[in-house]
Amino acid sequence: MSDKKQVVDSAMRTVSTDGIPAESLTAADTAGQRSKRSGKEIANLLIRTITPVVLAIIAGGLILLAMGKDPLFFYGNIINYGIMGRGWQQSLVMMTPLLLLAAGLIVVFRGKLWNLGYDAQYLLAAVLVIGFAPSLNAVLPWWLTLIVLTLLGVAVGAAWTIVPAILKARFETNEIITTLMMSFIGVGIANLLVRGPFQDPDVVVPQTESIPLDSMLPYIPGTRIHVGLIVAVVVVLILHWVLTRTSFGLRLDIFGANPKTAMHVGINTSRMIVTLFIISGGLIGLAAAMDMLGLWGYVRSNWNPEYGAAVIPFVFLARLNVLGSIPFVAFYAIVANGGQIAAQDSDLSTDFILVLVALILIFMSIIEYIGTRRDLGQSYLPPGLKTSVAQIFGRKKSS
Amino acid sequence: MTTQVAENPVIVGMKNVTKTFPGVVANDQISLDIRQGLVHCLLGENGAGKSTLISILAGMQQPDSGQIEIDGKVSRITSTRAAMKLGVGVVYQHSTLISSMTVLENLMLGDTKRVLLDKKGARTKLRDLSALLGAEIDPEIKARNLGLGQQQQVEIIKALWQGSRVLILDEPTSMLTPQAIESLLASVVRLRNEGLAVIFITHKLREAYAIGDEISVLRKGRMVKHVPARELAKMNESSLKNTVLTAMFGDDQASAGNRKTIEELAGAATASRQARKAGSVSETTVLSVSQVTCSPNDGTRGIFDINIAIRAGEILGIAGIDGHGQSTLAEVLAGQRKLQSGRVLLGETDVTHLDVRARQSMGLRYVTDDRLHEGIVGNLPVSLNLLLKRVGQKPFWNRGRINRQEVLDESNRLISEFDIRTPNPETRAGTLSGGNIQKLLLARELSNNPKLVIFNKPTYGLDLKTVARVREIILEFANEGVAVLLISADLDELTELADRIAVISQGRLIGETPNVGARTAEIVGEIIVNEGAAATGKSRK
Repeated sequence: MSDKKQVVDSAMRTVSTDGIPAESLTAADTAGQRSKRSGKEIANLLIRTITPVVLAIIAGGLILLAMGKDPLFFYGNIINYGIMGRGWQQSLVMMTPLLLLAAGLIVVFRGKLWNLGYDAQYLLAAVLVIGFAPSLNAVLPWWLTLIVLTLLGVAVGAAWTIVPAILKARFETNEIITTLMMSFIGVGIANLLVRGPFQDPDVVVPQTESIPLDSMLPYIPGTRIHVGLIVAVVVVLILHWVLTRTSFGLRLDIFGANPKTAMHVGINTSRMIVTLFIISGGLIGLAAAMDMLGLWGYVRSNWNPEYGAAVIPFVFLARLNVLGSIPFVAFYAIVANGGQIAAQDSDLSTDFILVLVALILIFMSIIEYIGTRRDLGQSYLPPGLKTSVAQIFGRKKSS
Repeated sequence: MTTQVAENPVIVGMKNVTKTFPGVVANDQISLDIRQGLVHCLLGENGAGKSTLISILAGMQQPDSGQIEIDGKVSRITSTRAAMKLGVGVVYQHSTLISSMTVLENLMLGDTKRVLLDKKGARTKLRDLSALLGAEIDPEIKARNLGLGQQQQVEIIKALWQGSRVLILDEPTSMLTPQAIESLLASVVRLRNEGLAVIFITHKLREAYAIGDEISVLRKGRMVKHVPARELAKMNESSLKNTVLTAMFGDDQASAGNRKTIEELAGAATASRQARKAGSVSETTVLSVSQVTCSPNDGTRGIFDINIAIRAGEILGIAGIDGHGQSTLAEVLAGQRKLQSGRVLLGETDVTHLDVRARQSMGLRYVTDDRLHEGIVGNLPVSLNLLLKRVGQKPFWNRGRINRQEVLDESNRLISEFDIRTPNPETRAGTLSGGNIQKLLLARELSNNPKLVIFNKPTYGLDLKTVARVREIILEFANEGVAVLLISADLDELTELADRIAVISQGRLIGETPNVGARTAEIVGEIIVNEGAAATGKSRK
């Protein structure tokens, strides 16, 4: 963790820090590889990163208490089911798509582009991979089928970002809206495909044919973890290297820092936008392919794992650093995996896991707010809070 | 108490205010009294601590120690809203108006007390305040269509909108023509006569003399000189000049150049034209621009039917009120914006459809005015910022991988050649001072064989020594045969450096004059005034 990217962090700051000497801004460093940071800065960074998680766990515990449940029992079970026994293997399997999705989001987010169409990119890729599996299996050897299907997934995910990417590059259309709209369309199409051409004729429920177990991704020897995990880890490492050590990564940082600067120094911003979207969609498509070929093997209609929404808070907690996202994704995978059964044991809805994620987001925002105000040498409290409180309690203020 | 009987009451008193940032003491034990009905001029170079002082008064920064008294009571200005409540209004150097909204809407943004908007009341208030300023402002005009002088008046009205008693003007004249400066000064005098306290920040001594009732000089964060009203009344211009210059530069006077240069830089004397090396302007045309039009977009101005020719070694100045298409012109020439029609020739080559990089490698360079946001990436180290326009190119990058040694060698070379003051090449560029950031940009643009350099407001916001150095560099390069397009809102600068001056207004070049020295500023003013008259009389071709 020697180098960290803090595009979000610095983005938050640039909003409010115009005209203030940059020395007062600690730890803002877009330039991963490059400058070394002091121990104080690292400590600061760790505090800001870990505190929200700790606070969320505590607040979650208080909520559980209020509901009459035993928080220690619940959290203990999460560890029991998420790590102990075979739990760690399941958690690792769950990490596979999450890691790739996080990587896909980090690439665009670092360019300050918001690809929020991850659901459709994932589902379309998943459905097409599964849908074409039987016919390809019939003509190709199993290993070639897997490779072709993986590439298909990547291509589909990437293709679904092209319209928003081009609209953004040519007309500066807000990509948040276009990717969301494309997501609605894509999720719809995915469902139509499951109920239509790809529906398994042998069952009544709308779902695709299942891939036979022997045509799925092989396990890592000695475990029940499919090799998709290795693919995900390798891709994440390569991506980290590309982002921090190459001229492309530097151009991306410049573009993310300010598109105007990018234009000024002669970076082709249109090409950059399209490239970033394609990489992002491709990685999300890859996540789908690995998940389908390694774990699920079929898709039911109206099924949506909503990985993207779960991963986004952790992507930001990792300060858009690909390597940094690994522990966070692992944390979430354990909580989500162990939490399923733990919630049932405590007689809770499994949605309680989402409550935890939401609490992390809330505390993250608060910590960032306080941190930014502290960096600016201002009071920790929001401006005007004291006077408002004083007014409520009727204390007269001389004006 | 008895000694102050004759003096105006103090509205805001700062006592021993200190504010430090890591590595800098921006304000060191500053005490300052702001009195009702007086114009208090604050002089000092950039970096002297004026901006910090204002941001403390405006509630954006909290002092580390010392206290602020308002009407004799110790108060804390905890936020900008608190400052407004206490009656402190600030007019910043940059525009705070929202360009797509009308003047009235902009002003009403601050009215948050009531749920419903009170347009009628706002109109009356605007009329009263403009009468007070002696200005005439159409409430329904979009902010983007305001001329700069008017824009500033709206900013002042905005600062007064919540009933301010203290008005702070941060370098309000730096972008104005002589005529506009006069009308601004007249407005300030009216406000003062109404009993307002005015803090007038400037680095031009002659303005301070013209308008100040009291003068304070800041230097390196310290209050080095205070001339109270009683003393100032007894002084004449030249004795004030001596006092202030000594305070501003102290022992540095010698190192800043000769006395005359200092006086010119400090705005005590009017600028005179720099002598050019004989025969430095050759006959070869380096840049010829014919009938270039670029339509406006996103609130930036367009340019229309621009024709320019610059010869090798020649400096063409573009004068005009800020925001009249200067940046668009620069960006079009640099290749950052696409033009609708017209042709741009660099030497013999048509570069109209070439991109930034191609033009760059042909020797066309652009020193942007938006140093902090467009010019550098603040979070990247100085070394990479110096090579920002050569990312991915050999020998610094090899098949996408950086060659650190080459990068370091080249940046060390540029750092020493252009005397960039940085702890080391790995320091984040955003932490450098404005002057050093500008040197960084100059180093980047002027290395590697420049043929034509576009300077957009190259000395805006710099400290005086750097201003002198930057002007020197521009002249040096012109003398070596580089063609220069010098865009500036500072007429003194153009009179000092340019061979010819063209005037831009509403995106069109409306006139041109050879630089004849002292009278040039007036001629430029006349061109602007004539254009205004022609525009209202009949529609221009």
